[in-house]
Amino acid sequence: MDLMKDTAVTLSEKIRAGEITVMDAAMAAMDAIREKESAYHCYVTVLDREAVLKRAQEVQKLIEEGKLNGPLAGVPAAIKDNMCTRGVRTTCSSRILEDFVPPYTAEAVENLEKAGVVIIGKTNMDEFAMGSTTETSYFGATKNPWNEAHVPGGSSGGSAAAVAAEECIFALGSDTGGSIRQPASYCGIVGMKPTYGTVSRYGLIAYGSSLDQIGPMAKDVRDCAVILDAITSHDRKDSTSVKREGGDFISALINDVKGMKIGIPKDYFGEGIDEDVREAVLKAAKVLEAQGAVVEEFDLGLVKYAIPAYYVIACAEASSNLARFDGVKYGYRTPEYEGLHNMYKKTRSEGFGEEVKRRIMLGSFVLSSGYYDAYYLKALRTKTLIKQEFDKAFAKYDVILGPAAPTTAPKLGDSLSDPIKMYLGDIYTISVNLAGLPGITVPCGTDMNGLPVGLQLIGDCFKEKNIIRAAYTYEQNRGFAMNAPAAAKEGGENR
Amino acid sequence: MANVISDETMEYVGILAKLELSSEEKERAKEDMAKMLDYIDTLNELDTSGVEPMSHVFPVHNVFREDVVTNGDEREEILANAPEAKEGAFVVPKTFD
Repeated sequence: MDLMKDTAVTLSEKIRAGEITVMDAAMAAMDAIREKESAYHCYVTVLDREAVLKRAQEVQKLIEEGKLNGPLAGVPAAIKDNMCTRGVRTTCSSRILEDFVPPYTAEAVENLEKAGVVIIGKTNMDEFAMGSTTETSYFGATKNPWNEAHVPGGSSGGSAAAVAAEECIFALGSDTGGSIRQPASYCGIVGMKPTYGTVSRYGLIAYGSSLDQIGPMAKDVRDCAVILDAITSHDRKDSTSVKREGGDFISALINDVKGMKIGIPKDYFGEGIDEDVREAVLKAAKVLEAQGAVVEEFDLGLVKYAIPAYYVIACAEASSNLARFDGVKYGYRTPEYEGLHNMYKKTRSEGFGEEVKRRIMLGSFVLSSGYYDAYYLKALRTKTLIKQEFDKAFAKYDVILGPAAPTTAPKLGDSLSDPIKMYLGDIYTISVNLAGLPGITVPCGTDMNGLPVGLQLIGDCFKEKNIIRAAYTYEQNRGFAMNAPAAAKEGGENR
Repeated sequence: MANVISDETMEYVGILAKLELSSEEKERAKEDMAKMLDYIDTLNELDTSGVEPMSHVFPVHNVFREDVVTNGDEREEILANAPEAKEGAFVVPKTFD
């Protein structure tokens, strides 16, 4: 019995029924990591086996005493390495935080621990979540488990690959411009970004604070809903945390979309989209239509302005957020310097990678006097217009359906040479962050090279239940099982 | 390419961003930034006159709480991360004579 094939829900059921122990599950995960990590490099830090075992024993005891009985009790999971974990190094995949050991734990991670989850490691990512391929990590690239010559996507590429490679049962990621949904799509798993403010950002190392949101990356829609339930909380330590109604995401796992209105933006199927992606996504729309959804095309508008607006806003916020890395309180400090300012400059120049420096500089520029109005305020005004476009769309539709990305996973080394081309890969995900909306991606097939294609469903703010319901219905009726890549490679059928 | 980034601008951005690039890095950064700004300039096709800038999607308010200490003494753990610490404090380079 390979426990790593289970979903979080089925594994926890077995544990709570006494068929297996939390220790069995945790050690199965540790063994999987030992066996596969050299091929995929999903993790920056794997926890010490003894420490994992000790934590598993504690959880086992709580389950036996009846103090833990939720649907995630005993499940081993991985955390993106930009979420602080007390006593466990947290690097953001950057040299500047190579040895940083946080004195506190991120709220979302703490919520998982309260639910009885056993954390087994910290996953690789693009440095400070800036990138779409996980290649900008200081610790080296992660490989796509479907084909090791390809990237897993990014920036939560380590989390996505770890779930796909069965090196954990589920993972947390963070999404600033598509960083959960795009790698989930490239790795053939389910990933969800909730409405801004749903999950506390306390302990999430900030990139673009007005856009960042933590979310689940898992094997199926049910797991996603269950995990989101566990990590959602109103947290006074995050001033943008929303005290929201309409939680209980599990109740949206309904296999029925009769009468649901689904809009497909024509603008999402224009220039630059792969034929295989277009076909797989439109086929998925047909599946939902056959289940009774009312599907029609519409003009979303302003799609091409989302990426430039995003880069102004995200880089501006990044330049401010990353000002804290100065070689004084934590992290790397250059060994040789002359005076305070030289120490700052050398520390940051040596500690940050190229993409991070590029974004900090662009952000500093657009915020500088003389350019602030022309660039920064212009981008914020564009954001207003983009939000209005979505408001108009959601007056007519319950769900917006489209691809997660225009292509399947590119080859390693192909993206970084041309930043703008790489940025264009985020065209379907980025506007969702600008408008604060929830979005979920579900595997909807493979391309001619056997690489996964992801369907993206977007909902109005706080209407996660609509997209969970549509995603669940699609998953139940798509007519194929999304195998793990290992099984698919051995000749298992995906279509 | 419409935007050209001068050496002076790069120098100024370096001061703001507290970054010091090698001359090779600087040349590449100039080119990258010019390309990005050209791309960002497509926003000028949009008429945004009279449109309010939106920094947050939802109205955000300051969160206040009573001025009561809730955390414990974590000095040791916090200083353990410092590149240099001495006598319970961070060590910084000499800043004035």
